[in-house]
Amino acid sequence: MTARTEAVFRAKGLTKTYRMGEVEVRALRGIDLDLGRGELVVLLGPSGSGKSTLLNILGGLDTPTSGEVRYLDHQLTGATESALTRFRREHVGFVFQFYNLIPSLTARENVAAVTEIAPSPMRPEEALGLVGLEARLDHFPAQLSGGEQQRVAIARAIAKNPAVLLCDEPTGALDSATGVVVLEALEKVNRELGTLTVLITHNVGIADMADRVIRLSDGQIAEIRSNPAKKPARSLAW
Amino acid sequence: MRALDRKLLRDLWHLRGQVLAIAAVIMGGVATLVMSLSTYDSLVTTRDRFYAERRLADVFANLKRAPEPVAERLRELPGVERLETRVVAGVKLEVRDFSDPITGLMVSVPERGEPLLNALHLKRGRMVQPDSADEVVLADSFADAHGLEPGDTLAAIVKGKRRQLTVVGVAVSPEYIYQIAPGAMFPDFKRYGVLWAGRDALAAAYDMEGAFNDVALTLARDANVREVIDRVDAVLAGYGGTGAYARPDQLSNRFLAEELKQLQTTATLFPAIFLGIAAFLLDVVVSRLVALQREQVAILKAFGYSNLAVLAHYVKLVMGVVVIGVAAGVALGAWFGQGLSNVYTETTFRFPYLDFGVRPGVVLAALAISAAAAVSGTLYSVYRAARLAPAEGMRPETPTVYRATFIERIGLQRWFAAPTRMILRHIERRPVKSLLTVLGIACACGLMMVGNYQKGAIDFMVDVQFRQAAREDLSVSFIEPTSSKALHELAALPGVRAVEGFRDVPAVLRFENYRYRSAVYGIQPEGRLHRSLDRSLQPVSVPPGGVVLTDHLANEILHVRPGDVLTVEVLEGERRTVQVPVLGITQQYLGVSAYMRQESLNALLREGDVVSGAYLAIEPGAEESVYAKLHARPRVLGMVANASAVRSFYATIGEFVLFYNLVATLLAASIGFGVVYNSARIALSERGRELASLRVLGFTRGEIAYILLGELALLTLAAIPVGILVGVGLIGVLVLAFSSDLYRLPVVLAPDNIALGATVVVASALVSGLILWRRLGRLDLVAVLKTRE
Ligand SMILES: Nc1ncnc2c1ncn2[C@@H]1O[C@H](COP(=O)(O)OP(=O)(O)OP(=O)(O)O)[C@@H](O)[C@H]1O
Ligand SMILES: [Mg+2]
Repeated sequence: MTARTEAVFRAKGLTKTYRMGEVEVRALRGIDLDLGRGELVVLLGPSGSGKSTLLNILGGLDTPTSGEVRYLDHQLTGATESALTRFRREHVGFVFQFYNLIPSLTARENVAAVTEIAPSPMRPEEALGLVGLEARLDHFPAQLSGGEQQRVAIARAIAKNPAVLLCDEPTGALDSATGVVVLEALEKVNRELGTLTVLITHNVGIADMADRVIRLSDGQIAEIRSNPAKKPARSLAW
Repeated sequence: MRALDRKLLRDLWHLRGQVLAIAAVIMGGVATLVMSLSTYDSLVTTRDRFYAERRLADVFANLKRAPEPVAERLRELPGVERLETRVVAGVKLEVRDFSDPITGLMVSVPERGEPLLNALHLKRGRMVQPDSADEVVLADSFADAHGLEPGDTLAAIVKGKRRQLTVVGVAVSPEYIYQIAPGAMFPDFKRYGVLWAGRDALAAAYDMEGAFNDVALTLARDANVREVIDRVDAVLAGYGGTGAYARPDQLSNRFLAEELKQLQTTATLFPAIFLGIAAFLLDVVVSRLVALQREQVAILKAFGYSNLAVLAHYVKLVMGVVVIGVAAGVALGAWFGQGLSNVYTETTFRFPYLDFGVRPGVVLAALAISAAAAVSGTLYSVYRAARLAPAEGMRPETPTVYRATFIERIGLQRWFAAPTRMILRHIERRPVKSLLTVLGIACACGLMMVGNYQKGAIDFMVDVQFRQAAREDLSVSFIEPTSSKALHELAALPGVRAVEGFRDVPAVLRFENYRYRSAVYGIQPEGRLHRSLDRSLQPVSVPPGGVVLTDHLANEILHVRPGDVLTVEVLEGERRTVQVPVLGITQQYLGVSAYMRQESLNALLREGDVVSGAYLAIEPGAEESVYAKLHARPRVLGMVANASAVRSFYATIGEFVLFYNLVATLLAASIGFGVVYNSARIALSERGRELASLRVLGFTRGEIAYILLGELALLTLAAIPVGILVGVGLIGVLVLAFSSDLYRLPVVLAPDNIALGATVVVASALVSGLILWRRLGRLDLVAVLKTRE
């Protein structure tokens, strides 16, 4: 395990069990993990291995069944509702696997809904420009293609200049050229602002731009691999 | 504008169908409140202003005859402020081209100047001139009913002689806002009228020169009414006084007060029911609407919007709907209220003007109640959505664990195809939601029944009163108590089929500290025309020696039971006070009465076989000739024809109640439609994705419509019987609330009443179904493919 200078996230013994009547689904079964400042981490793993679950817990969107998570000096497990809200508002940018745009707001307004409550955001137009959507500012989600919706979701995440960016399959719906544009935007935010970035992907090629690659399998960490020969996003292709 | 506010406006626009339907529910409740309270407030304000302006007296007294100097003694009584003497006399009237019997009351006005008390409000023409023997001012209700104007003439039969009178003015008096013939149950503007004539002319016609037979006075500050009345009675005892009485016993004011009390009950009860149910429905509908936004709540939270900010957002959204509904409700309610007040002043209470207004407090109350209901529904749903971790909220609700329904488990499944099973399982999986939908539709159905109930009740009351109890065609009252031999003369008139004498005497009934000023009726024990009825509405024979009382009079006013002994203060002749046992209770919906056998009453009054009037049955077609013959008899003071009484009832109280009911029914229908449509519309939103997926899988529009509308139909049908129960319950509340001396509502459930409730609900469901059918045609199949699930 590569010990980084300073851990931003420190997770210990995380488990998550979903109970549906008689059936129990153990999505996470004991995760220990440190994530350091400025790191770009790629999470790999087969479908259903618990990647989204882990990301959601890190971002304060969900609570683990047991174990604990710290963010810097904040204890996230057991934190109050309003503390979690403040944490998300001030520190975290999300890209959801299913985009989750607000259908009644345009692309620009979807971004604005986040920047309006963030302490030092970019302008919504600027964020949308970074993902190549300057021509689609006033389109509603229903008027955008799946990939365009995904890029709005990314713009929305980076627009607040967050300290942590959590992206669940940000390029899942994109062709490789557009995917590279998006990854470059994420890379730029990571490099210039030192944003800790966690990226879930099914695309092994993307792992080459990471500082570390973590592989989940059946709710457990199967492998953590450092990547000293990190490649720029521009050189990736799939 | 902030992005969230923009979302708010867009959501409102996007949901406009539902927004309007919810606003319709609020509007229905609020309009009922505003209409009822503004009408009540306006009538009370108008009455008070009119009484003050026209100086209505505080105490009134009638007597046989007293010389004018007695007035001085009355004026000097402690507690009396101003006092005026008058001459008042009953009179028979004839108006050209009108053959029914008309009775009138002639009231004197001073020869010169305005009356000191009970001044007239002249609508047209002028007051009578001094020394003009044949000039009269007419009450406007009577004048309008006959189209009489200043310059027209009419005839009066005074002491058997016919005299021509000239109308010089048309006026309204605070003393006779409500005009009712002695012995009549309802006002009848055509057949009863008040006229004012100069004091000298009236005195000359009735042998009252230098004398008076009526007194009105106002009280000095801090005077005690009862003491003043006792002092007046002491002075007038020697002059045939029948007992002074204060405003609460003054006929017009008493009826007005009773009517206003009824109206106040209406004005609190109906809005309470309507607004209460509207609030409940609002709460349910809004909470479901907001529940649909669960995912968006989660997104907003994921970005760091606090629970409070999210809540504020949805409260704003809901308040937008509330404001639309309340504004529409206030406008509509004020408009209806104005109309209702006008119906009221045209039919029952002839105020010369109307101070109509809506108190700001009423509007604020409407807003507060609606807002509270809407916000509580919002709070609940937002709380439920916000309680979830955002990660959870953003996922669609965990697919519910469906299982075979009860019906399937008991082995009926082979009768149902898959879509029917989907309907049944869906209903069974969401028992609370299904129950709330059923309850909401049921409330709408119950409301319709309430709005429409009074008409059936009134028909029933009139039927009991006039076809089972008071079955006479005509009731005749004599100028003074007369030997029953007079009945033979009446029976001998051609066209008269049957005659029954009665003796009635004004009296105060007392038991312990309860008292009621009314009359005791001596009727025939085996009467075939005028009868009293028992609880099952069968005629009962009045037992000898005692009195039977209307249930309301016995239970609610005097608090006596059979076996108790009532104190009766007779207000006529020797003015005896006697003890009479209560022998029974009778059922009566209109008015209250105390009945004895005529012979028992005669014995009590220590008189012979004496009657004060008679009930007549008349051959059909012979009415006019009988009227004419009776009219000519000097001993006959007045006549009340039942048929015209019923007609006038429907024209007065009836018209008002029917107007109110019509409006209430319309508002109930708007609430009903709002609820049914919303239930249907929300069902579509909740299941749109599922249905679109089915379409993608190859189901036809008809098949998915069957799944969605079949559920709506099933719930609607289930709601109707529940709605009938709700309606019966609400009607029970109405019956309890609406019992007064004037009338008690019976519990009657007319089939058309139930049918109307059911029809509106079913029609709303059909219209909603049609709208949904069209929407199903526009279901966005691509959206389903494009996004998750
Ligand atoms: N709300 C839930 N209730 C029950 N089980 C759940 C729930 N959410 C996730 N799971 C289960 O937890 C496991 C992990 O889910 P998770 O979404 O983390 O997988 P993932 O690695 O992100 O998969 P994918 O690559 O398909 O997105 C899966 O087996 C999933 O079925
Ligand atoms: Mg996932």
